[in-house]
Amino acid sequence: MLSWPNFISQLFNGLALGALLALISSGLTVIYGTLGVLNLAHGAMFMMGGYGGFVTYQYTHSFALALVGGTLCVLVIGVVTEQVLIRHFYRRPPEDQLLVTFGLGIVFVELVRLGFGSLSLQVSPPDWASGITRMGFLIYPTYRLYVMGIIAVALAALYVVLYRTRIGMIVRAGIEDAGMVDMLGINVFRVFMLVFGIGAAAAGFAGIVNAPVVPLTPDMGDQILVETFVVVVIGGVGSFPGAILGGLIAGEILSITSMFDPSYSQVMLFVVMTLVLLFRPQGLLGQSSRT
Amino acid sequence: MSKTNVLDTAAVQRRDLMRGGLGIAGALATGAALSHPALAAEAPLGNYPAGTTGPSVFVGLCTPLTGTYAAAGTDERKGFELAIAHLNSGNELIRKISPLTKTGVLGKKVEFDVADSEAKPNTAVQAQSRFISDKKAIMIAGSVSSAVAVAINKLAQREHVIYLPLVTGSNDTSGKDCVRYSFRACHYAYTAAAAIAPELIKAFGKGKKVAYLTPDYTYGHSVTGSMQEFLKPAGWTTITDQVCPLGAPDYSSFLLNIANSGAEVLINVNFGNDAVGSIKQAKQFGILDKMKLVMPYLSPFLSKEVGADLMQGVYGTTEFWWTLGDKNPIAKAFVDAFNAKYGYKPEWAAHVAYMQVALWADAVEHAKTFYPGDVIKSYESGRTMQTGLGPVKWRAADHQLIRPVVVTRGKKPSAMKSPDDYFDVVALVPGEGLMQAPDAFACKLGSVT
Repeated sequence: MLSWPNFISQLFNGLALGALLALISSGLTVIYGTLGVLNLAHGAMFMMGGYGGFVTYQYTHSFALALVGGTLCVLVIGVVTEQVLIRHFYRRPPEDQLLVTFGLGIVFVELVRLGFGSLSLQVSPPDWASGITRMGFLIYPTYRLYVMGIIAVALAALYVVLYRTRIGMIVRAGIEDAGMVDMLGINVFRVFMLVFGIGAAAAGFAGIVNAPVVPLTPDMGDQILVETFVVVVIGGVGSFPGAILGGLIAGEILSITSMFDPSYSQVMLFVVMTLVLLFRPQGLLGQSSRT
Repeated sequence: MSKTNVLDTAAVQRRDLMRGGLGIAGALATGAALSHPALAAEAPLGNYPAGTTGPSVFVGLCTPLTGTYAAAGTDERKGFELAIAHLNSGNELIRKISPLTKTGVLGKKVEFDVADSEAKPNTAVQAQSRFISDKKAIMIAGSVSSAVAVAINKLAQREHVIYLPLVTGSNDTSGKDCVRYSFRACHYAYTAAAAIAPELIKAFGKGKKVAYLTPDYTYGHSVTGSMQEFLKPAGWTTITDQVCPLGAPDYSSFLLNIANSGAEVLINVNFGNDAVGSIKQAKQFGILDKMKLVMPYLSPFLSKEVGADLMQGVYGTTEFWWTLGDKNPIAKAFVDAFNAKYGYKPEWAAHVAYMQVALWADAVEHAKTFYPGDVIKSYESGRTMQTGLGPVKWRAADHQLIRPVVVTRGKKPSAMKSPDDYFDVVALVPGEGLMQAPDAFACKLGSVT
């Protein structure tokens, strides 16, 4: 389907897809950058945000409250998980961390399946955002336009927290040299708990924002997790701006490739990741070395 | 992993061969062999006789309980469970399909276990191999993905164990990947397309422009290929074929291509959650307002999940729909029994599971032995069986059940008489006229031993 209108449509769609990936990936990358833990349960956090929002919506019939409910739910789950489990793994080898978060992801998915079953659940977009918007030749679901806006705001908020506040300064200092921060008398572990919570909440927020677009299923996070890793590798592991850039690039790759041959869109994502690993192993915006 | 299992089984077979040999020697010594001519033919094969010596036999079900196809898999499991319970209690319903059944199969209680395939071929092969080697399964069953069905076909042939694929729409399952040990009962790409194409042409006219949304594996390509073949004579042309990965989280880029393609009909081959997600998003992109949606191979629970609003007027084919019970007493008894036990009307995954177990029992009862060679002969004998779909029989040349295909159309929400009343049955198309010649898809069944 090569035509100018379709090309412009796909370019735009890539931006929308990319924004979602950017938000989820930023949570993953902030956790990794600060704690050094690659959280394989991140896809499950995304999924639980959707279910948390679904439950809130069932009780309140307010989409705004569902956004808050879904995010808070995952924030709490994130903090509790960090306190109970993850913190005991900071000094363990990376493979232990991978195994424990991978297992955690499975437990979360199966718990949700136990509670809600395998049939998919639907969340409707709020009335003010349903329908279709026509922008010249481009016809786009109104809700997806809102999603782009909501995610842009969320990313800006994350940026402010990370770059314009004292806590953000500590987090970034922790990324550079956790030992030094500790010696300065700052309770690094409390910061770690917060970072894990915020990172998880970013995924949870993305989950509920995306819920009206997709059917909710317990394993909806699996595929997203894979794409999120690709984004993080492309953008630079541990880099917040890298996650955003990587997300947008991944979104455009998925969208543009589908125009030529849809069956290659996933393949191209991995081709680009491989190229980045070959020529710039630290990722586009990643730093080349860190202790 | 599977290699170990092959070795295990080979070792078991050698042991059994020796035991069998001793038996034959003993029998010869007493002169009993002359009065038992079948003994020579019943040399150990697969898990026979090892799996049939006790008071019970074991059968294994491996179906997706997680992943994109979990909903259909769970339904399948319930139908299977109900059938086994009915066999063991000698229920009247299962005896209508398998008239020789008293209780159990050949008087032996049927025990079973269920494993999760995640709709992944390698996971399914591992689980079924364990059923075969550890539990001495005399029959294995289950599939929602054709990729799994095709893989287990090969395993069943190698291990000499009867396999019942349940939900599998690819032509390959009883076509190029067919095997002697596998028997498919559900409708498939070719018969679905042959059944639905005339209805589509009748409803929408000739010379339509079509966009396809095709999941990227054997099932998807098979259905899209067959639909193109049957719609071509009426001048329907393919404008675009959007091939998407199994379990895609988002369909926006594929749907934009379709929206900009100028197609008049969208034929969506997706199944399970993929069908739900792609229909939901097609609606959001305004595609369903300007194109007719067709689901040539309807996924169980689809209407429940996307809602009657989106499904009204949508044509599809299915293996079974519960309102068939209005005309067929076996179908009605099945729907009632299922509804009483599980609290909802059975979908087609449950129906095909129940029917397959009943047809297996029928084949074994007629063979009067679990010996796979004789059970296969019994399957291939061309006997007519009564089912919830009416009379059916197995085609010996490719082990495909000759059975009708149900063509449905989604009801308007206002026309629904009950919450489950999603479809009008437009046609129940007899199976004989729908099937390809047995060798058209290069089926070579292979040998019994």
